[in-house]
Amino acid sequence: MLKIENLQASIDNKSILKGLNLEVKAGEVHAIMGPNGAGKSTLANIIAGKDDYEITAGTIELNGEDISELAPEERAHNGVFLSFQYPVEIPGVSVTNFIKTAINETRKAKGLEDMPAKDMLKMIREKSELLEIDRKFLSRSLNEGFSGGEKKRNEIFQMAMLEPKLAILDETDSGLDIDALRIVANGVNKLKSKDNAVIVITHYQRLLEYIVPDFVHVLHDGKIVKTGDASLALELEAKGYDWIKQELV
Amino acid sequence: MELKDKLLSSYVAFENDIDTNSDIHEIRSKAFKNFESLGFPTKKLEAWKYTSLNSVLKQDYSLFPNKENAIELADVRKYFIHDIDAYKLVFIDGKYSSFLSETTHDTFDVCLMSAALTKPKYKAVIENYFNKIAKEDNLTSLNTAFANEGAYIYIPENVEVEKPIQIINFTTGSEAATMLQPRNLIVVEKNAHVQIIERHQSLTSNPVLTNSVTEVFAAKDATVDIYKIQNDDEKASLVDNSYIEQKSNSIVSVHTFSFGGNITRNNLNFYQRGEHIDSILKGITILDGKQHVDHNTLVHHIEPNCESHQDYKGIYDARSTGVFNGKVVVNKEAQKTNAYQKNNNVLLSDKATVNAKPQLEIFADDVKCSHGCTIGQLDDEALFYMQQRGIPKKEGKALLMFAFANTVLESVKIPEVKQRIAKIIAKKLGVDIGFDL
Repeated sequence: MLKIENLQASIDNKSILKGLNLEVKAGEVHAIMGPNGAGKSTLANIIAGKDDYEITAGTIELNGEDISELAPEERAHNGVFLSFQYPVEIPGVSVTNFIKTAINETRKAKGLEDMPAKDMLKMIREKSELLEIDRKFLSRSLNEGFSGGEKKRNEIFQMAMLEPKLAILDETDSGLDIDALRIVANGVNKLKSKDNAVIVITHYQRLLEYIVPDFVHVLHDGKIVKTGDASLALELEAKGYDWIKQELV
Repeated sequence: MELKDKLLSSYVAFENDIDTNSDIHEIRSKAFKNFESLGFPTKKLEAWKYTSLNSVLKQDYSLFPNKENAIELADVRKYFIHDIDAYKLVFIDGKYSSFLSETTHDTFDVCLMSAALTKPKYKAVIENYFNKIAKEDNLTSLNTAFANEGAYIYIPENVEVEKPIQIINFTTGSEAATMLQPRNLIVVEKNAHVQIIERHQSLTSNPVLTNSVTEVFAAKDATVDIYKIQNDDEKASLVDNSYIEQKSNSIVSVHTFSFGGNITRNNLNFYQRGEHIDSILKGITILDGKQHVDHNTLVHHIEPNCESHQDYKGIYDARSTGVFNGKVVVNKEAQKTNAYQKNNNVLLSDKATVNAKPQLEIFADDVKCSHGCTIGQLDDEALFYMQQRGIPKKEGKALLMFAFANTVLESVKIPEVKQRIAKIIAKKLGVDIGFDL
């Protein structure tokens, strides 16, 4: 599904990713953990196509196709979804209309007609129930005045609507209380299939109790320095990151 | 010959040509003398600091176009809000088109100024209202001097006009350049209600200069909603002088949608003569190329306990320029006034310019007056967010701009007008998306 080789990237001439390798296959859940400033969010943004970064070396392939030159919307049309750490507030655009526009623009890019209104409504109903989202919430301006938990739940709602192949959850657990965390994790788990893949970026092991990863990677100083199974996350939780840094010396 | 001289020398012939009563003659003559001494406004006048008419005044305008250019309904249908049943007052090159119009004299009058100015039936209303609140400034005086044709609307007490009234001025380009001076009078009596849609539309790319004056009187408890659609050809310039007087408990709203044209100047003046009045002034301006729009508003709070709400949104691309000059005057007697003014602008290009100038003159001490003015750019983070969800940059920008302007659009009461404006905005922004936000 996703294959990243020797990825090096910088922002304002400051090197952030320094030769990162990662392979994610369909049906897998990968967790990327690491201390602040390791480059976790940078990696997520680069896969999604944010143009603040300069890729100085390496490749990003999605299903065998190099996507590193594609516009963010083209990557989205190819099935990349990023759940933002800080979802942007868009006053004046309702959640419903935003997701309708997103779905229909994606369909347009694939040469399909707009989704019939009836199907759209049905899908919105199903997916909002899955995320335990109140209907009133859907007519509010996107993310405007939403609590941290509402924003994150709304991200996963959009993910459910867009049915991506590769979902990257950037710190989706931050700002969530335990109930919201359970709802969000439950949503992600229901959407998981053998045909899609999930990358969970997180500081803490907490979310991984609910979304159990097949692989856990530790990102440090722009590289993946250690890879293990779910137990690695527990070890990190107990021991912190310092022991890994020391291992590297 | 310079335009001013041309106007001055044609005046006698104009007056001789029309059948008129002596009162109007006096008003015209006075206005003519006024214009003769004032001339056209220049940038030396504070109120015209950012808008120069020089380039527009250079054209050799035909003042009284007489070549008939027939137009078919099919040619102009798109300029009507044709989904709604409406009264229509249509003028072609300044002349009334009975063929395209739909007037009425049933219980209320939707008809012609030329008739109102001459027929005895309308004498009382004309005496009471014609040229009573129009300023004696240069361009209004010029219009008054040549006042002859336009819309005459009289709504008696307690009448709720169910259909909107569309006033459309077409220019056909039968002359190399055309100058028009429509004169409208709208009188809405006690507890009456009317909705008006106004449009100026050039059908060719020959230059047009329109100097329009509209007087609106809203009596006690009256409701008047006016929608001005300005989406004209790039060679067409417009000076819209509107004067609105309100009595107690009346509500008047004016929405000005400025999307096209060469130079557009909106002089919108509200005078509140009563208590518990609400005046609503809203505008969406979306410009590109070298277009220029100048919104010059005045709300004069004369008596206590009244409100005014101004909300103007502007989006400027390329080398377009915008001006917002919003003046609020609160008389000493006008205690408990609530006056709000908002002017938000987005610049899409480094070469676009906005000059915003709120002016508050407050002589009362127990009032709430606020004004807020912003000039910004589209949020890159929001654009990336939208792209990430599959919405291409162009469509994302359009959606952001539409959402930005939507606070104005959502107060439009006629759904067909709202839809039309949304369509014009989508076309203007080059996207094909339905904005049902």
